[in-house]
This record gives sequence, structure tokens and C-alpha cells, in this order.
Amino acid sequence: MSLLATDPNDRPRLRLPKSLRNPLFVLAVIVLLGVLVMAVFAAQIAPYDPLDMVNMPFLWPFADPSSPLGTDQLGRDLFSGIVQGSRATLLVGFSSAVLGLMIGTCVGALAGYFGGWVDIILMRVTEIFQTMPTLLLIIVILAIGNPSIPLIAISIGLAAWPMIARLARAEFLSLREADFVMAARALGYPTGRIILREILPNALPTLIVGASVLVANGILLESAVSFLNLGDPNVVSWGSLIGNGRTQIRSEWYLSALPGVATVLTVLSLNILGDRLTDILNPRSGERS
Amino acid sequence: MIPKPPVLELLKLEVGFPGAPIVKGIDLKIEEGEKVALVGESGCGKSLTAFSILRLLPQAARITGGQVIFDGHDLATLPAHELRRIRGKGIALILQEPMTSLNPVLPIGLQVAENILQHEKLSRRAAKERVIELLDLVGIPNPRERYTMYPHNFSGGMRQRVMIAMAIACNPRLLIADEPTTALDVTIQAQVMDLLEDLCSKLSMAMLLITHDLGAVAQWTDRVAVMYAGRIVETAPIAPFFAGPQHPYSQGLMNSSVDDGWHYSSHRLTEITGNVHSALGERGCAFAPRCPLAAPGCRETPPPLELAGPDWHVACYRRAEAMAPSPVAASH
Amino acid sequence: MGLLRTIRRTALQALPTMFGIVLIAFILLHLMPGDAVDAISGMSGSSSQETMEEMRAAYGLNDSLPVQFIRYVAGVFTLNFGMSINYSAPVLDVIMERLPATLTLMFTAFVLALSSGIVIGWAMAVFAGRWVDRLLTAGSLLLYSAPNFWVGLMIIVYFSAKLQLFPAGGAETIGADLQGWAWFTDRLHHLVLPSCALAAFFVAIYARLTRAAMLEVLRQDYIRTAHSKGLHPMLIQFRHGLRNALIPVTTVAGLHLGNMLGGAVVVETVFNWPGLGRLTMNALAARDTQVLLGILLLSSIAVIVTNVLIDWLVSWLDPRIRS
Ligand SMILES: Nc1ncnc2c1ncn2[C@@H]1O[C@H](COP(=O)(O)OP(=O)(O)O)[C@@H](O)[C@H]1O
Ligand SMILES: [Mg+2]
Repeated sequence: MSLLATDPNDRPRLRLPKSLRNPLFVLAVIVLLGVLVMAVFAAQIAPYDPLDMVNMPFLWPFADPSSPLGTDQLGRDLFSGIVQGSRATLLVGFSSAVLGLMIGTCVGALAGYFGGWVDIILMRVTEIFQTMPTLLLIIVILAIGNPSIPLIAISIGLAAWPMIARLARAEFLSLREADFVMAARALGYPTGRIILREILPNALPTLIVGASVLVANGILLESAVSFLNLGDPNVVSWGSLIGNGRTQIRSEWYLSALPGVATVLTVLSLNILGDRLTDILNPRSGERS
Repeated sequence: MIPKPPVLELLKLEVGFPGAPIVKGIDLKIEEGEKVALVGESGCGKSLTAFSILRLLPQAARITGGQVIFDGHDLATLPAHELRRIRGKGIALILQEPMTSLNPVLPIGLQVAENILQHEKLSRRAAKERVIELLDLVGIPNPRERYTMYPHNFSGGMRQRVMIAMAIACNPRLLIADEPTTALDVTIQAQVMDLLEDLCSKLSMAMLLITHDLGAVAQWTDRVAVMYAGRIVETAPIAPFFAGPQHPYSQGLMNSSVDDGWHYSSHRLTEITGNVHSALGERGCAFAPRCPLAAPGCRETPPPLELAGPDWHVACYRRAEAMAPSPVAASH
Repeated sequence: MGLLRTIRRTALQALPTMFGIVLIAFILLHLMPGDAVDAISGMSGSSSQETMEEMRAAYGLNDSLPVQFIRYVAGVFTLNFGMSINYSAPVLDVIMERLPATLTLMFTAFVLALSSGIVIGWAMAVFAGRWVDRLLTAGSLLLYSAPNFWVGLMIIVYFSAKLQLFPAGGAETIGADLQGWAWFTDRLHHLVLPSCALAAFFVAIYARLTRAAMLEVLRQDYIRTAHSKGLHPMLIQFRHGLRNALIPVTTVAGLHLGNMLGGAVVVETVFNWPGLGRLTMNALAARDTQVLLGILLLSSIAVIVTNVLIDWLVSWLDPRIRS
């Protein structure tokens, strides 16, 4: 024991596991934390209201320190827009992912656990939702009501859950034969308890990794929706900023480029996170390096 | 009379993964037309030895030393394009798992014909006729109709016959068969082995038969090389070997295989106490931790292969004691 | 020979899916504010309460929901998607007029994405772990994370505004009245940027898929068998490696077609492409619900049909499915 304690090789054990010490992964986590902080403290970070005209129009980035990323055709501050826009983007991304995760998990869990007819019918429903082009379905749902952040999040969640349902089904299919589930069944636990307390916790890691893809997806879909001007006109999001810059794309291209860079960085980080976590959960899927 | 040069000669061959030597310097000679068995428990490096001969090792594995002499060339260092002329033509390979060793999306006829077209100047039609003859030769009924069928239409035994047809297509001088029957039904195993033996004598082909089935060794080969933890510990002609192996490990092998007849399965090996991994970190004889006769001297340096009879080599410091009547040898 | 059988089998399988999609469309239709009569009267100015009620009765809008649903299903299966209030024409005609442009864009983007995705993925697998692989993996992850409309805009900035190589929008030069070859190259010239923008995301997907499939295939025993015959490594890569890797890639490629159609809607907006995308936006602005649902239904049918073709392609690639 005493030997172990003085062993210098003992220290690395306190660090992150090797698979997480990848510099890209660390960078991705930093970016995501940064964006999260930006969204939470948007009001404190952003110098102006992104909808107010505060400066000369068409200021290029770095031209004027009071508007570090420049201004648009109405003299609105782009930096404030990106900071404030992160709120709507992330909010929709996460809440649609939560909704998709919930629907998908329910459908997949029931299909995987019960099998048979339940499985056939639920997988049919999943297939139906997978056949309809996602963005078109979202657009049609948006036509139901007035554009608002909750409606956008709901429509994305409703359109994006099939992927999670398939994941959950596969997990439940294999886990329902596991020893501990057999034991729980032999003890006469009610089915609901087995699903929620025995299987779900074990399926959760895979589902959460799947949800990271769902968040990335949700952000991309949200930005498409607000780029198309289908979002709430009173709320700034990265997509609407890109859309706003479109009319001057040949000259003041930074107006579209910068919010796009913010979107790409965020989604990229989420994808790196998802890839890495998948590798960890399922080491065979990555190559040996 | 000048002795004919051997078909294949392994000289101090070493193969390993980064940081993990698996085959630790083996010497093996295969004469023209000779059938040699390489025996050892699973994981001792038999397949790696076989693959290294044609440099078909898994991605991470490397030949780290020694030579593979075939036809005056060292295959371990031969340029890739020259090596390709030997693969399939000079030396052919049959793998253990017939279910996965054929390409599932190509007709079997084409897969056999590929070998011929690669090495011989033949028209596609002539090659097809050759393939049909070959399929007939290895005992596949209706070869003409089977030519265009896919692997999933065949049973394991039939697939292995296809593999054999592919291997002998260019009259190789040496056939390496890595546990060719392990994955097959017991009844089919003997048929496939009979076929291989028959083909060897018809085509005067030498064979390196890799197996952990001592029964197959006795029945179908001329000479045996026993491998343990990446080294050859005993090599001898069949008859004297089966009359009385000299290495304690060979004796143990023989012991655990006699009671259930010639069909011997790997789990019987556990009757020799311990397993192959107890050799890890052993400086001396790798078998010492499991050896009933191990002496302190055994753990210093690995024993070299020494002449122990006509064409008979054994690597054991305690050979004399092993040959004396003992409980291990007595039960044979 | 197998195509007809595959079509029949898959069509039967697709029938319940199609039915489900119609049901969802019907529910959405009833969730939307106002009905067809509201819309028509809104277009034609003020109508009295009575005429509206008469119209409702004439359109069968007062029947019970099940009856309306059966009528709706019957309509869809006879390709009758109702009338567009915005264009005062049958929805089918309105859509069919725009469909070729969208299909051209999608087909080009799909072929582009699949072919370059496979080549890139193959290169990544061959050089797995080396810098070529790292670079391409990073690049594909980047493409995979970028919104396609943004990629489109950036392409416009560079290739159209800066280099002036390609037009930034439209499907042809307006008012040029070109004929024959000139017409064709003009079209092609307009097609380059939008199809690249639409393809970008899918190039990344297919490349990642191909890489994974190739690495899996190259580990298989039959690759060692192929090497043991002395075949040229290139021949092995293609005949034994890629042939097998294409099976999962093609299967999954089919699953992404719906997404590609959705992507086309946005990319068309960016490039002023006269296809379904713009029709969708116009229909949404005009609350032309029948057209919206018609687009949703028809594009779902398109996805189902292409999936049948993909199934057939996969069975052609994989003899184990064929028998
Ligand atoms: N990637 C690897 N890294 C290190 N060792 C490996 C690796 N793959 C296999 N091995 C080891 O190499 C040996 C393989 O030997 P092999 O030639 O397949 O044995 P067998 O005699 O059963 O044919 C095994 O002991 C295995 O543990
Ligand atoms: Mg082996």
C-alpha cells in the first residue's frame, strides 16, 4: 500500500480517462461552455439591444471598438446580436432535443421491451415520421400557429425523435434479456418499474450521446427556420442574423459569415462531443490509433 | 546424393505486435512434398506464424526478425510485387473459418478463377473451364451450375472445398492450412482432411498443417512441430513422436488427447495445469511454470533445440528426466 | 427481373406508411386556423356568412371528420390534393410545375454527394490514422456541422461575388432565350453552386459512412484470402473492399433522401431556384394550406419511391438479399 502511494505513476489516475484527453475534445467542451455562459449571461455581456440602432450602418468588424463585430444595414450591433442570438438558438436546440429524447425514448422503450405487435406498430409510426422530410414537416407544423420559440422547439422535437426511438429500441431489445432484468422479473417487479428503474438507467448513456446529436440537429434546424424568416420576428437568433445579412451578401458578407461561424463552432463541438462519447461507449466503432 | 533443398525454411522467425512479441524465433524446415504439422494450444502464435510466411499479418503485427526462405528468396524482405507472384502460385493459404474467408458478394467461381487469371496467361473462358475441373476435383457436385453461385448457397464443408480449390488452382509447391477443419462438423473434418492428403500426393505439394488436433497429426502428416508460447519445443517424425514424445509439454498434450480418442479439443489442454499466459514475463523456459519437472535452472535462459534422435529435436533441459518412466509418460 | 418484384413487395409495405402520412396531414390540416372557405373568401374579398356556409356544405366541410378523412384519403390516392387558393389551380398542377427543378437539383446533389463521399471515405479508410485521414475527417466533420444555407451563402461570396465564376441565383439566364447546347450549358452553369451547397452536408455523411464501412470490410477474412491469391492491392480495394462497403453506404444513403429534400427547400431559397422550396415559402406566406400539405405528401411519396429504388440497388449489390 505504502509503495503504491509513493509511486509517481499513481498520479495520472486522477486525470481524465485517456480517451477524453484528446485536445479536440477538450476544445469542444471549452467552446460549449463558452457558448453556454454567453447565453446565460447574454444581458450582461451584450453591450446593446440587438434590435436597436446604435451606430453607423455597415461598420465592418474591428473598425470601431464600440461595435467590435460591426453593424448591419440599420446600424444594429452584430456582436450583441450574436450574443443575444445564442439564447434562442441554444434554447430551441436543447428543448427540442429534450422533447425528441422523451418521445423517442418512450416509443423505443415500449417497442423494444414488449416486441411483437407493439413493436411492429410503433416502428411503423417511427418510419412514417422518418419518411416525411424533416424540414417540410416542421414548416407545416409552424403553419398551425404564430411563430414563437416554443412552437419551433415543439415542431423540431416532433420531427426529430425517430433517431432516438431506434437507438432506444435497440438498447431495450438487448437489455431486456440481461440477467439483472431476468432477476427483476423473477422477483415479480411490475413492468413499469423494470422499464424505468432497471433498464432505463442502463440505456441512458447511449441515449444521451444520441441526444447530443439531437441538440446539434436542433440548432441546425432552428437556424434554417429562422433563416427562412419563419421564426419570431422579435427574437434574434443566429439563423435570423444570417438571413438578415443575405441582402448584402455580395458586399457586407461578414453579416452572414460571423453568425454562421458561431453556429458551425457550436454544432461542431456538439458533434465532436457525440463522436468521442460514442467511441468511449462503443470502442470498436472507432479505428485503433 | 545431394539432398534436395527444402521448400520452405523459417530461420529464427520473430513476429509480434508493438510491445508484444508473439512468435519468438522459430526454425522450421519443410521438405519437398512433406506434410508438417504445427501443433500448439490456441493463442501460442500458430496463425501468426502462418500469416507471416506470406506477409498477410494483421495491421499492427510485424515480422521483427528472422527469415522466411522460399525458392532462394527471403519472403520477409522481398519487394511487395515479387511477393505477390509467390502468393497463390508458389504458396497457397487456407484459413480456419470457411464462413468468413470467402467474399460474400462474388460468385465462388470467379473467386477461384481470380487466382488463375492472376498467375497464368489464360483466357477467361479457359480459366472458367479450369475452375470447373477444380471444383469437380475437390468434390463439389454440379460444378458447372455451382460456378455462378455465392458463398451463402454453400455449407461450411462445401465452402472449405471451394477454398481448397482456390488454393490448389495454380499447383502451389506449398499449401498452408490454418486449422482447416476446426470450424467443421466432426464427420466432415475427416473428409476434408482426406481430400487434402489426396491432393498433396496427386500434386506433389508440401503442406504445413496448423492444428491443435493431435489425432489429425498422427493420421495425416509426416512430421510434427510442437509450439509453445511462440517457440518450437519439439520437432520429430510422426512415428517415433507418437511412440514417446520427449518434451514434457508434448507429453502433456498427448496425455490429454488420448482419452477421448483422436478427436481432441482445446479445453482438454487445461489438464496441463495453468495456461499459456503463465509464460508472460518468464525469462527461461516458457513452460517452466506449468512443468512438473521444472528445476531452478529452467528459469534462467530458454533451452535451445537439441538433437535428440534422428531428425528429432527437443528444447528441454530436463529431457533425460522426462524420458524416464514417470506418471506423465506412463499413462500413455 | 427483380425490379418488378421488389416494387410490388415494397409498395405493399409502403402502403400503411403512406396511409399514416395522410392521416398526419389530415390532422395538421384540421389543426390549422381557418379552412378552405375562409381562405377563399379572404382572397375574394368579403363574402356573406350565408354564402360561406353554402360553400362549406358544397365542399363537404360540414360532414363528420371520418367522412372527410375518407374523402381526403381517396383524394390523395387519386393524386387529387385539392385546390390552391393562391394560384387558383389544382395543387397537383402547381406542384408538378415546380417539381422538375427540385428533382434536377436533388438528383445532381445526390450523385455529387454519393460519388465524392465514397471517394473521400475510401481515401480516409485507406490512409486511416495518417494525416490524410485526419485532415479529411476534420473537413468532413466541419461540413457535417455547417448549415447548408450558410454554406450556400459563403459559396456565393467566394465563387460568385469574388471570382465571378458562377451565377449566384436562378436556374437560367433570364431573357437570354438560348437553344440547344447553349441552353444546356447555361442550365448547368446555374446548377453548380446550389447543388454543391446542397451536397456539402451529405458528402460529409457519406464519407464518414464509407470510411467506417471500408475499415470494417478491410478487417474481414476474405480480404486476407484475396491477398493470399497475389491479387493487386488496388483490385482488392475495389472488387473485394468497396463492393462490400457499398452495401451499408447505399442502404443509409436512401434513409437520408428525405433530409435532402428538406435541405433543398432552404438551398432553393438561397439561390432563388424556381422549385418546391420557393413554392413552400410562398404557400406559407399565403397560408395556402392545401399546397403545403400537397408538398409534404408528394415529397413523402417521392421518398418512398426512391427507397424502393434503393432497395433494389442494394439487392443488386448484395446477393444474400437477392435470393
Ligand atoms: N492486437 C494485438 N496486440 C497484441 N497481441 C495480440 C493482438 N492480437 C492478437 N494478439 C495475441 O497474439 C496471439 C495470436 O496468436 P495466433 O497466432 O492467433 O494463435 P493461434 O495459435 O491460436 O493461431 C494471441 O496470443 C493474442 O493474444
Ligand atoms: Mg489460429
